[in-house]
Amino acid sequence: MTAPKSPSDTADATCKGNRIGAGAFSRALLDPDAPPPAGLVGPDGKAAGKRFNVYRNNVIVSLCEALEQTFPAIVTLVGDAYFKALSRAFVVDHPPQTPVLMWYGGAFAGFLEEFPPLAAYPYLADVARVEWAWLQAFHAADAPPLDPAVLSSLAPEEVASVRFVRHPAADIVTSKWPVLDLVRANRFAEDAAGVDLDVPQAVLVTRPELDVEVLLLRPGADVFLRALFEGASLGEAAARALDMTPEFSLADSLSDCLSGGAFTAVEGHG
Amino acid sequence: MNHKTMSAAIVAGAVATAVAGLSSTVPANAQAKEKCYGVSLKGQNDCKAGAGTTCAGTSTVDYQGNAWTLVPKGTCETMDVPGDRHGSLSELKRDLPKA
Repeated sequence: MTAPKSPSDTADATCKGNRIGAGAFSRALLDPDAPPPAGLVGPDGKAAGKRFNVYRNNVIVSLCEALEQTFPAIVTLVGDAYFKALSRAFVVDHPPQTPVLMWYGGAFAGFLEEFPPLAAYPYLADVARVEWAWLQAFHAADAPPLDPAVLSSLAPEEVASVRFVRHPAADIVTSKWPVLDLVRANRFAEDAAGVDLDVPQAVLVTRPELDVEVLLLRPGADVFLRALFEGASLGEAAARALDMTPEFSLADSLSDCLSGGAFTAVEGHG
Repeated sequence: MNHKTMSAAIVAGAVATAVAGLSSTVPANAQAKEKCYGVSLKGQNDCKAGAGTTCAGTSTVDYQGNAWTLVPKGTCETMDVPGDRHGSLSELKRDLPKA
């Protein structure tokens, strides 16, 4: 290596002389009107404002694109132009908390709910919740679903006290809107004409094998399943659902949960 | 617990019904699939120098100013709203809880 000549002193200065704090750097990343952090220079020793703008743009755009891919039904519902502006507003308000992109966007549903311009579209948040659950199910650990035959092997008197282990991919979204119909129509391009906004729906999101499934839950089944996920015994969970929903059917709901792969195992019997 | 309990016999009966209806449907094709790594949709943390990135310092372009005045378009308008043919989105206000 030859001895450094004078221009490299500037590179030295970036490292030592003008330290840029990470806080100031990341704050400027999220505000398009903020000046580039003072002291930021390129290899030529000149202020690197243009480079910083490119970088800043890529940060925002890549996060917006991640949201676009995670929430395709929301994109369809509000339109491309609106979603671009909406996602940009979200990104600036909610920068990532982890470096893992598949965990980015968990706060989006709550953001939609609180966002004043969308107050007239109250079902958007629940649609986003289903899409978020879909993404989490997609990336959840693989696990074989519980074999229903295990339940047959139990003595009748211990069945009510059995507890279930939740499948890592399983989640529930309860909505006062037809959230499954909305997701089908806007994410999977199924027929939208039949969506009746007065119909509440609850769904089970699972991935028993490789494909994520979104299943409609019968009346009371969301309460039942949520109780089981919280650790209630089968008898307690059924009673809780029946309390709130007289038409709750234990046999049908349990059948849906088992075939949907909501559990991996049973425990606590005997 | 305040909840009324269901008798063990009722629970056991319902479980038997549920399991009987399933017995033949679950495992069967479990081996028919394979896991393919490296093709997943999300987590593509690659450099975003490609699609969607202009690299032209467009971070100063701000959509917000007029974007919120846009009415979101989409399939909302094709949905059936009782009392109307294809209720416009603004009609949903009737269902909103009081703010």
